[in-house]
Amino acid sequence: MADTHALEAHDGHGHAAAHDHGHPTGWRRYVYSTNHKDIGVMYLMFSIVAGVIGALLSGVMRLELMEPGIQIFHGLAGMVYGIDGDAALDAGKQMYNVFTTAHALVMVFFVVMPATMGGFANYFAPLMIGAPDTAFPRINNIAFWLLPFAFALLLMSLFFEGAPGVTGFGGGWTAYPPLSTAGHPGPAMDFAIFSLHIAGLSSILGSINLITTIFNMRAPGMTLHKMPLFPWSVLVTAFLLLLSLPVLAGAITMLLTDRNFGTTFFAPDGGGDPILYQHLFWFFGHPEVYIMILPGFGMVSHIISTFSRKPIFGYIAMVYAMVAIGGVGFIVWAHHMYTVGMSLDVQRYFVAATMVIAVPTGVKIFSWIATMWGGSISFRTPMLWAIGFIFLFTVGGVTGVVLANAGADRALHDTYYVVAHFHYVLSLGAVFSMFAAWYYWYPKMFGIMYNEKLANAHFWITFVGVNLIFFPQHFLGLAGMPRRYIDYPDAFALWNMVSSVGYYITFVGLVLFLYLLVEAAIKKRPTTANPWGDGATTLEWTLSSPPPFHQFETLPRIDAKSDH
Amino acid sequence: MAAHAKNHDYHLVSPSPWPIIGSISVFVMAAGAVLWFHDIMPPWLLLAGTVGVLYTMYGWWSDVIKEGKAGDHTPVVQMHHRYGMILFITSEVMFFVAWFWAYFDAFFNHDAPEQYARIEAMGASWPPIGVELFNPWHLPLFNTLILLTSGTAVTWAHHALLHRDKRGLVWGLAITIALGVLFTFVQALEYSEAAFSFSGNIYGASFFMATGFHGFHVLVGTIFLIVCLIRAQRDEFTPKNHLGFEFAAWYWHFVDVVWLFLFASIYVWGSWGVTLTAH
Repeated sequence: MADTHALEAHDGHGHAAAHDHGHPTGWRRYVYSTNHKDIGVMYLMFSIVAGVIGALLSGVMRLELMEPGIQIFHGLAGMVYGIDGDAALDAGKQMYNVFTTAHALVMVFFVVMPATMGGFANYFAPLMIGAPDTAFPRINNIAFWLLPFAFALLLMSLFFEGAPGVTGFGGGWTAYPPLSTAGHPGPAMDFAIFSLHIAGLSSILGSINLITTIFNMRAPGMTLHKMPLFPWSVLVTAFLLLLSLPVLAGAITMLLTDRNFGTTFFAPDGGGDPILYQHLFWFFGHPEVYIMILPGFGMVSHIISTFSRKPIFGYIAMVYAMVAIGGVGFIVWAHHMYTVGMSLDVQRYFVAATMVIAVPTGVKIFSWIATMWGGSISFRTPMLWAIGFIFLFTVGGVTGVVLANAGADRALHDTYYVVAHFHYVLSLGAVFSMFAAWYYWYPKMFGIMYNEKLANAHFWITFVGVNLIFFPQHFLGLAGMPRRYIDYPDAFALWNMVSSVGYYITFVGLVLFLYLLVEAAIKKRPTTANPWGDGATTLEWTLSSPPPFHQFETLPRIDAKSDH
Repeated sequence: MAAHAKNHDYHLVSPSPWPIIGSISVFVMAAGAVLWFHDIMPPWLLLAGTVGVLYTMYGWWSDVIKEGKAGDHTPVVQMHHRYGMILFITSEVMFFVAWFWAYFDAFFNHDAPEQYARIEAMGASWPPIGVELFNPWHLPLFNTLILLTSGTAVTWAHHALLHRDKRGLVWGLAITIALGVLFTFVQALEYSEAAFSFSGNIYGASFFMATGFHGFHVLVGTIFLIVCLIRAQRDEFTPKNHLGFEFAAWYWHFVDVVWLFLFASIYVWGSWGVTLTAH
C-alpha cells in the first residue's frame, strides 16, 4: 500500500494543491508546505544564502584588519553617506561595528540555527525515529516562513538610522544597554529587536513541534534508549530553545520599552540596572551556544560511527552527556560577565559550574575517539569534516576551560582570545558539523552524489583557511588586542595579516562549495538508497534516495534486539 | 484526508496558506510598529499587520476545528496537541520569569552599595523614593478572589461537560468569562489610581510590565473561553473530545497561577512593612 501511494504521489496532478491532500506542485508545494522534508530543504537553502551574506560581512572586516590603519570603511562610509574627511572616518568606524554586529546575528540566528535545528533536524529527526512527518506540520511551516521575514527586518535595520547620523546597529550581537538604548536612538535597533523577537518565535514554535514529534512519534518499539543520537541531540536542543528564548524575548522587550516608552529597566537614573540586561541576555545566551553545537554532536556521532563501521561507543553515556550539557548549560551564564563587578563568591560558583561542563564534553570527545579506535575507517568527505570537527571543537573547548577561570578572564575578557575561542567551537565546530552532515545526507536528500574530489578539496582548503584565521587570534588576544575595534597598533600587524590571508583561503573554499553544488546538480550522478555501506544503520538509509513524499506509510517496527 | 492510503493514525496535514499569510502579517506588524514609534508614519501599517495576524489566527484555528470534526484528531494526534499546549505554556512561564527577574533585581538590590547610581536616583529604600504602593488587601486581594473563583467556575464547567450537562457547561463558562472581564475591569480601575508612573522609575516599569503582560494574558484567555462558550452552545464538545475546552481551562489556570505569584511577590512581599497611606 505504501508503494502504491508513493507512485500516486509522484505522478504530479496539476491541480493537486487545490485538493486537500496529495502531492502539491509548483510554488505552492513549498510556500504552503506541510512536508517536513520540503521544509527542511527550504531551511537549508535559506541558511546557505544567509551564510554567504554573513561570510561577506566578515570578509570586509578581515579586509579592513589586514593592515594597521583604516583603509576600507573610511571610503565605504564616504561612498554611502556622501561625506569625506574626519566625518567619513567616524562613520566608517561605526560602520565596522555595524558589520561586526550583523555578522554575528546573521551567523547565529540565520545560518547555524536554521541549518541544524531547522534543516537537518526537520528532515532527519522524523526519518530516524521512523515517523511519517512531524507532529505539527503547519507550525513547522510557519516556523520556517517567519525566518526570512525576521532576516528582512535585520537587513532593513542596516539601512535605517541607528546612532545619530549613521545607519545600522553597531552595539554587538549582545546589544548591551546603554549602547542599545541611549546609544542608538534611531529605528535601526528597533528593527533588530523585532527581528530577534520573530526569529525567537520561529525557534520556539519549531521546538514545540520537534519535542512533540520525538516524544510521541517514535516507531513502535523504539524506546528513548533505542533512539539514535541525532534525535536525542535535537530533543535536548529543543528544550534549551523552549526555556531560554522567552527570557531573551523578555529582555529585548525591556529594551524596546526603555527605548520607546520611557521605562527604566536598564537606566540607573530611573533605578534600573544595566547588569540586569546582561543576566537576562546570558541566561538565554549561554544555552544558545549549546543550541548551536548540540545538534552537531548528534550528527557527528552518526558520521563517525558510519565511517568507522562500528556502533557509537558508550551510547547511553553519549545520551546523558548531552542531557547534562543541556542542564548545566542553564546555570553557568554569568561566566560571560566576570568583569561586571559580581561578588567573588558568585564568581567562584560560576567558575566551578563552568568547569563541570568539561566532564560531559570530555565523555563525548573520548567516545568519538573510542568509536574510531579499531574501526574500519574510510575517509570519505563527511568523515573528514567530522574528524575536523572533533579536532577544532576540542581546541575551542580547551580555550573555554581557560576562559572559565574568572582570574584569567580578567586579562582575556573582550580580547581576540575570546573571539578565537568561540569561533573554534562555533564557526569551526558547529559549521564543520553542518558541512559533515551536508555531505553525509546530500545523496539521501537529493538522490544524487557530489563530486568526491572537489568535496575533499573543499574540506582541506577550509580546514587550512579557518585555522589560519583563528589560531593567530589566540596570540593577538593574549597580547591584549581587544575585539570590536577597527584599528590596532603596529605590534599586532603580523598575525592580523595571517588571519586575513586565512580568510581569503576560506573564501576560496566557500566559492568551491557553491561551484560544487552547481556541478552536482548538472552532473546528476546517480546514487543508491545507502551509499555508505554497512556502517550506516539508522532508518533513513532504509528509504529510497530521495525518500518518497510521505515515508513510512506503514510504520517500521524496531525489534527488541536491534541497535541504535 | 480520509482517502489517504496510510496505515497509521498520524495526521498528515494538508498544505496551508496560513503560515505564509501569518508570517507576512507579523512582518508588517513589526515594521509598522517601528515606523510608528519613530514618527515616520501613522500606525496604519501596524494596524494592518495586526488585522492580518488576527485573520490568520481565525482562519488557522477554524481549519483545526474543521479537521477535528472530520476525524483527523485520533487519540495519538490529541496526545500531540496536549504536548504542544503544555510546551507552549512552559515557554510562557519562562517569559514571565524575565519580568519577575527584573522586579526582584530592583527589589532585592535596592540598597546594594555598588548600585550607587540607583541609590542616588531612588534612595536606598524600598519602595523607591516617590513611589506609593497599593494596599494589597484592597483591590489586589479582591482580584485574587475573582480569579480563584473563576478557576472554580471553569472546573465546574468541565465537570458539567463530562456529565453531558450542557446547562452547567454554558453557565460555568459564562461565569468564568464574566469573572475574567470583571478582573480586567478592576485591574484597569487600579491602574487609573496608581500613584506611580510607568516611565521614569524602575518600580513603575516592572510593576506595569509584569501585571500588564499578565492582564494581556487574561484578555487572551477570556477570548479563548468565549470561543469555547460559542462552541459549547453549538454542541461541539463531547465528553471524549473537547481539547479546545481543556486547553482554554489549562491556559486560564496558568494565568491564575501567574497572578498568585504576582500578588504574593509584588503586592504583598513588596509592600511588607511599608506604611501604606491610600487605597
